[in-house]
Amino acid sequence: MKVEVNGESREFVAGGSVLVLLAELEIDPRMVVVERNREIVRRDQLDRVPVEDGDRFEIVHFVGGG
Amino acid sequence: MTDERIDPLDGQDPLVIADRGFSSRLIVGTGKYRSHEETVEAIRASGAEMVTVAVRRVDLDASKQESLLHHLDPEEFFLLPNTAGCFTADDAIRYARLGREAGLSSWVKLEVIGDQETLLPDTEALLEATRVLTTEGFTVLPYTNDDLITALRLEEAGAAAVMPLASPIGSGLGLLNPLNIRLLKSRLSVPVIVDAGVGTASDACLTMEQGVDGILMNTALAAAERPVLMASAMRLAVRAGRAAYLAGRMPTREWAVPSSPSAGMLD
Repeated sequence: MKVEVNGESREFVAGGSVLVLLAELEIDPRMVVVERNREIVRRDQLDRVPVEDGDRFEIVHFVGGG
Repeated sequence: MTDERIDPLDGQDPLVIADRGFSSRLIVGTGKYRSHEETVEAIRASGAEMVTVAVRRVDLDASKQESLLHHLDPEEFFLLPNTAGCFTADDAIRYARLGREAGLSSWVKLEVIGDQETLLPDTEALLEATRVLTTEGFTVLPYTNDDLITALRLEEAGAAAVMPLASPIGSGLGLLNPLNIRLLKSRLSVPVIVDAGVGTASDACLTMEQGVDGILMNTALAAAERPVLMASAMRLAVRAGRAAYLAGRMPTREWAVPSSPSAGMLD
């Protein structure tokens, strides 16, 4: 199935959670915040929220800024 | 105005925002440094406790690169997420919520920009976003212009501090309108933090001499030839300006007045 991550289309195996998606992208979940279809996925929910076909994710973190 | 018990040079003059005390009246940004290492070294030299950060997409092709958070220990610094780059209230609110989830607090430096060229704030959208985020329990520190009426409305809307500019973001032009800044300070109950425009130490000192509660700066440090040295200069300038304000300056005169006695001169 296809999902969109940070504006890019990606293939992802059905049945996985958001935490699995992060692992596949080699992203440390403690360092990021995930928005799924414009809703924030709380950190303690990452392993419970499923990834579904057509989902749109934003994965953000802190960068330098003023 | 002047309290002789306060000695700003002796760590007894904290900046208090929303009942939380900060040891330094200088708040610094983390953008535009040459490296994470230089960022942290400059922040330490500045003595700042509160440090702003931005929220941006993770680069999926470089996700194993070290994140800023690996270098900025939230135990050592109070991280203040900003909504820089947002042009609507909705976007700013979205970024504020992401920042809250990423960080350890509900504080946000709220920016809603109205114009790309000048980066001046869209004050109408800023007010709207301040109202929404305050209702959601955020401690909101809005970046605004030096207009008194907007500042009063931000305070009414629940802002925990008001952050007027000294001059445009990243301009280094210094404090362009000391009068407006003094007006804001004299009429607001919440702290006034001058945010943006300071270019060098004298700008910071002059700004603090107006009686404001603190200064937020980024480019003045990051774009200096030697950022760490400039950070030290700014730490001293902010403390000097604060001390001079508390000391109460002498009145100015148009003509000279001798410092030595006129009596006792030889015939």
